[in-house]
Amino acid sequence: MAAELHVELVAADRSIWSGEATLVVARTTSGDIGVMPGHQPLLGVLESGPVTIRTSEGETIVAAVHGGFLSFADNKLSLLAEIAELADEIDTQRAERALERAKSDADDAAERRADVRLRAVAVR
Amino acid sequence: MGAQLRVYKRRIKSVTATKKITKAMEMIAASRIVKAQRQVAASTPYATELTRAVTAVATGSTTKHPLTTEAETPTRAAILLITSDRGLAGGYSSNAIKAAERLTERLRGEGKEVDTYIVGRKGVAYYGFRERKVTDSWSGFTDSPTYADAKQVAAPLIAAVQQDTAEGGVDELHIVFTEFVSMLTQTPVQHRLLPLSLDKAAESVTSAAAAAGVTKGEIRPLFDFEPSAEDVLDALLPRYVESRIYNALLQAAASKHAATRRAMKSATDNAGDLIKSLSRLANAARQAEITQEISEIVGGASALADATAGSEN
Repeated sequence: MAAELHVELVAADRSIWSGEATLVVARTTSGDIGVMPGHQPLLGVLESGPVTIRTSEGETIVAAVHGGFLSFADNKLSLLAEIAELADEIDTQRAERALERAKSDADDAAERRADVRLRAVAVR
Repeated sequence: MGAQLRVYKRRIKSVTATKKITKAMEMIAASRIVKAQRQVAASTPYATELTRAVTAVATGSTTKHPLTTEAETPTRAAILLITSDRGLAGGYSSNAIKAAERLTERLRGEGKEVDTYIVGRKGVAYYGFRERKVTDSWSGFTDSPTYADAKQVAAPLIAAVQQDTAEGGVDELHIVFTEFVSMLTQTPVQHRLLPLSLDKAAESVTSAAAAAGVTKGEIRPLFDFEPSAEDVLDALLPRYVESRIYNALLQAAASKHAATRRAMKSATDNAGDLIKSLSRLANAARQAEITQEISEIVGGASALADATAGSEN
């Protein structure tokens, strides 16, 4: 069995997902980063974007993360986000509507949020 | 029905109506405590992980940051006071206000100017009535605060801390709120959020680690920072403050509901006692009325009998 790392994906108001994984790909402010078991201790600032988790069962979990951090130490990866949601939970139509609305209102923050959601769904 | 009896009956009716209301409020508050407690629990993983990360950066790097370094001569401090929007919660808000007053006194005694920030209409009203200066205040969300509310509160505070003291910034940030100890105990507490006292943060992490079965005295790993230690700290510390404020708001909400529940429970009990003693009085009044009527009838009958007996002679 390949090595595993423990992942905790938590949002400010709830815990989203936790479990064992073999690879986690996230986007930091300086570019995409892939974390595999045994990575050097790491602390990074996350960009808004999709986070991909390859679980030890071979499943792929995608979550939309809106800003936050990742920290990795002792084979334990914590993904902290103010807002985060699993791609499975995202309502595509609602996100599209939100994107339209944000565009017409010229609301940059909302537009970015909706865009990240849609990208997470597309990755799934 | 006599006047006396009617007055008692009316009062019993009104107290009964009030009792129904306080009973309903008690049960509403009780259900809200559970909800608020659940929210506190749900926000705990984020707070724990964040504290762990902050400690890791602060101990694992030599970077100096305005949010972690103590000013040599602090001249100005900010206090964030968390009260409730509504009353009917016993001494909940006034206890928190008293704690803030004590802290203000202490800081003034140390020669610091104090800026006050308030959450909740009760605290705003208290300071407004005494015409004290409030730097900023928020209200309307104390019953069920969201993370967005915490962000809104934290933003000006973080800005004030990052500003130079000479330009109206502050050196220290304190927070006063009511800690939810248990259903029966809620105590007003005060913490210094900034500058970060790392010993304390480290302590809470160590105790969490000890609870998780990790041996003490482990060597902290050397972290790689992405993009750089300064940038990570810059982004991390505001989030840390937000999460602490969020946690304080949630605990304060839970405490408020617990205080309301207790206040309403004692109001319901008191209404019950009042109804009991009023019914006793009403019963006595009714009995007195009946006795009087009987004695009037008996008296009237005997007077009538005496009169008939007199006319026969």
